Amino acid sequence: MALEGSQLAIALVLVGGLHWFAVGMAGLAVPQSLFWIARILFPLGALGGLAVAAGGVVALPQEPAAAILPLGLPDLPFHVRVDALSAFFLVLLGIAAVGVSIFSAGYFRAGQGTAPGLLCVQYHVFLASMALVLVADDAYLFMVAWETMALSSYFLVTSNHRMPEIRRAGFIYLLIAHVGAVAILLSYGVLQAGQGDYVFSSMRAHAPQGAWASTAFVLALFGFGAKAGLLPLHVWLPEAHPAAPSPVSALMSGVMLKTAIYGLLRVTFDLLGAPQWWWGVLILVLGLLTAVFGAMFAAVQTDMKRLLAYSSIENIGVVLIAIGLATTFRAYSMPLLAALALTAALYHCINHALFKSLLFLATGSVLHSTKERNLGKLGGLVHSMPSVAFFALIGALAIAGVPPLNGFVSEWLLLQAFLATPSLPNSYLNMLIPLGAAALTLSAGLAGYVMVKFYGVIFLGQPREPALAHAHDAGWLERLGMAWLVAGCVALGLLPLKIVAILDPVNSLLLAQTLSETAGRSGWLFITVLAPERASYSPLIVFCGMLSVVAATFLAVRFRYGGRVRRSDPWDCGHPGLTPRMQDTAEGFGQPIKQIFEPMFRIERQLPTPFDERPVYRATADDHFWYWAYLPVARLTERVSRWIGVLQHGRISLYLLYSLATLVVLLLVVS
Amino acid sequence: MSASLATQLVNLFASLLLLIAFAMLAQRRVLSLIHLFAWQGAVLALNTALVAFVTHQHHLYYSALLTLILKVILLPWILHRLIDKLNVRWDVETLVNIPTTMLIGVGLVIIGFNVAMPISHLSETVTRGTLGIALASVLLSFMMLITRRKAVPQVIGFLAMENGLFFAATSATYGMPLVVELGVALDVLVGTFIFGIFTFHLREAFDSLDIEHIEKLKER
Repeated sequence: MALEGSQLAIALVLVGGLHWFAVGMAGLAVPQSLFWIARILFPLGALGGLAVAAGGVVALPQEPAAAILPLGLPDLPFHVRVDALSAFFLVLLGIAAVGVSIFSAGYFRAGQGTAPGLLCVQYHVFLASMALVLVADDAYLFMVAWETMALSSYFLVTSNHRMPEIRRAGFIYLLIAHVGAVAILLSYGVLQAGQGDYVFSSMRAHAPQGAWASTAFVLALFGFGAKAGLLPLHVWLPEAHPAAPSPVSALMSGVMLKTAIYGLLRVTFDLLGAPQWWWGVLILVLGLLTAVFGAMFAAVQTDMKRLLAYSSIENIGVVLIAIGLATTFRAYSMPLLAALALTAALYHCINHALFKSLLFLATGSVLHSTKERNLGKLGGLVHSMPSVAFFALIGALAIAGVPPLNGFVSEWLLLQAFLATPSLPNSYLNMLIPLGAAALTLSAGLAGYVMVKFYGVIFLGQPREPALAHAHDAGWLERLGMAWLVAGCVALGLLPLKIVAILDPVNSLLLAQTLSETAGRSGWLFITVLAPERASYSPLIVFCGMLSVVAATFLAVRFRYGGRVRRSDPWDCGHPGLTPRMQDTAEGFGQPIKQIFEPMFRIERQLPTPFDERPVYRATADDHFWYWAYLPVARLTERVSRWIGVLQHGRISLYLLYSLATLVVLLLVVS
Repeated sequence: MSASLATQLVNLFASLLLLIAFAMLAQRRVLSLIHLFAWQGAVLALNTALVAFVTHQHHLYYSALLTLILKVILLPWILHRLIDKLNVRWDVETLVNIPTTMLIGVGLVIIGFNVAMPISHLSETVTRGTLGIALASVLLSFMMLITRRKAVPQVIGFLAMENGLFFAATSATYGMPLVVELGVALDVLVGTFIFGIFTFHLREAFDSLDIEHIEKLKER
């Protein structure tokens, strides 16, 4: 049977999704057999990831293709559609899922919380629901898939449900996910514009205007922002990510946050018509705040997974900054600049999917081998876990934005887009938005600082605990999964022009503008922004330069001191008895940030007095938003429930009387 | 059968239904309550069959049969077994202030008629005059639910309310679609079972069937 390209894409994606579903259900067959689940089903799940990614690759350059599934309610079938936007995110999902699934095959052990069979079901249903979110073409299927995604990930987060703090983290996650889902539902309600038809094509044809369009936009931003970790709604991330098993954190941070970005792009760029300029500014400002906030909080964390969770907040902020710029440019009809910013956003999405998944997987290996998440008790693991240390190094360099890796490309593109903002026709905007570039640079710099801390404290120096001497390297499946993601990071870093060309169908779909032509103006070696005299970057030349400098240094040293190697202890300043506890700690490393940005944290310090027998130093840096936004709402809810509680007497006849009275009053009102 | 005769018969059955509803409101003995409930079901089944005959709505025959089996035979039988098992066959409930209850009931009937009036004008059915009675009997059963203290009479009040709803459906639109009716019948049956289990547990926990004991379960 010969399938057209776009139909083939849909078929591939659906087969991948069904495959995931089937693999998940197969986990129930022998729920306790770790061999069956881990060694057979999870690698099979990786095949599903390949199918989904292949479907995305096939669909990217094609025209959109739609299909109607014979599922759903009577007279309300599910519509699916794959266009360039969803194809791009499918590629992202597929590639990340392959790496994480291979890693998981070696990761899950027996006797940890949920039975392996259940874990397998939840994990694969989670993957399948994310694929469904990306291909949904009506609000009905979208919401069903969205909620399935939220629920399956909730159960994954709480797989160690016997610990109360994990249940608490899961509850916060579920709560915010549902508040967000309600906002998304309302947004679709506004978008259908009284047509009563929730298929996206109908929404596109009857896009609301003026204030209604803004209402739909703000609701969508709120709803998707809650999932993505936009600033006031970010509190679930640093709770849920440390609670979840590491591959799950990797998927949630690497892929699930991107589905929220996908939803925001779908509504803002596709379903709603022309944007209003302040939409872009709103996204931009919130993104800047989120990025700076995330980076600052990441710098003061002492739990390695919390640190990565805050770093995810920062990266989502960066993506939102790019989307905000793209929306603003689009509102002023500057499609080329909008395409530049949108490319930066998409590029950063897939970058983050790769390196954040990689780092979370690395923390998983560290966690398994040391049973320790606290940075203060790790250290020196580069000796006992060399391959994990190498992979984590690549990931850390990539996320810190060091050329020639991928993080640099997207942040560079984004800064170039910022540098073009003075050409905006609005005089306030073209003066104020360039200031945002400073904030973005601050967050990028802080991200580098955070990664130095992350890598340095975990892998370098001396082991801080004697137990770390027994740490062992990850198994081959875990290493294979991480190597896959590392390869992605390197490829995305070295071939930016190729990637921009692959991303271009999304630009032409959403903005009717392509970027690859201007990007390739200086030849295949360089990626060029707007014009060759403006800015160009060639990762290959940078890479070769680095290689040659390193090689030259190596050879020079070799030549000068060849064969005369002498090992000795490092100089200890004449201090007798250096111990590993004298190294710089995670707290110590974050201390300058804590001092400089003190008003941003809610710091509680417990300082020892000179007379303490056992001096204890404890410092916590809390989130102001808990005290400003969440606790007041919680208190208000409690007060209102107490008022309503007055009605509650526990007498059935009284309750029935309430019903009767309501019924009679309503009947009298209608008659 | 002429239309006027049919209308008169339907009205007769409707008034019987209302009378039984009032009787249930005032009845103290559990056993008599079950008998009254069975009678109400019988009247309902007869009425449905009559409407089916007059209007040639064949699905109403099934409804009538269903009502007969479920509400005249099966449910009373279950209730009889229940009160035997619970040993409350001869129980007499102390009702507070029957005259006041009856007066409030009369008020509810007036409200029911007032509400039903505009709907009856819109309806084309031979039974349209009885919609007010149907609504009134729903409200009266609700009233009975409120005033009862013991578990079994409350169950009967709930079932009687369903009778009223069924009658309302028949008189307004010649009954609900059969699927819906089957579903409702199943619900009622399952509900009765659950109530039965619930009463057993109530007795085990508190050694009494008085609903008042559940008040201890409230929050605070």
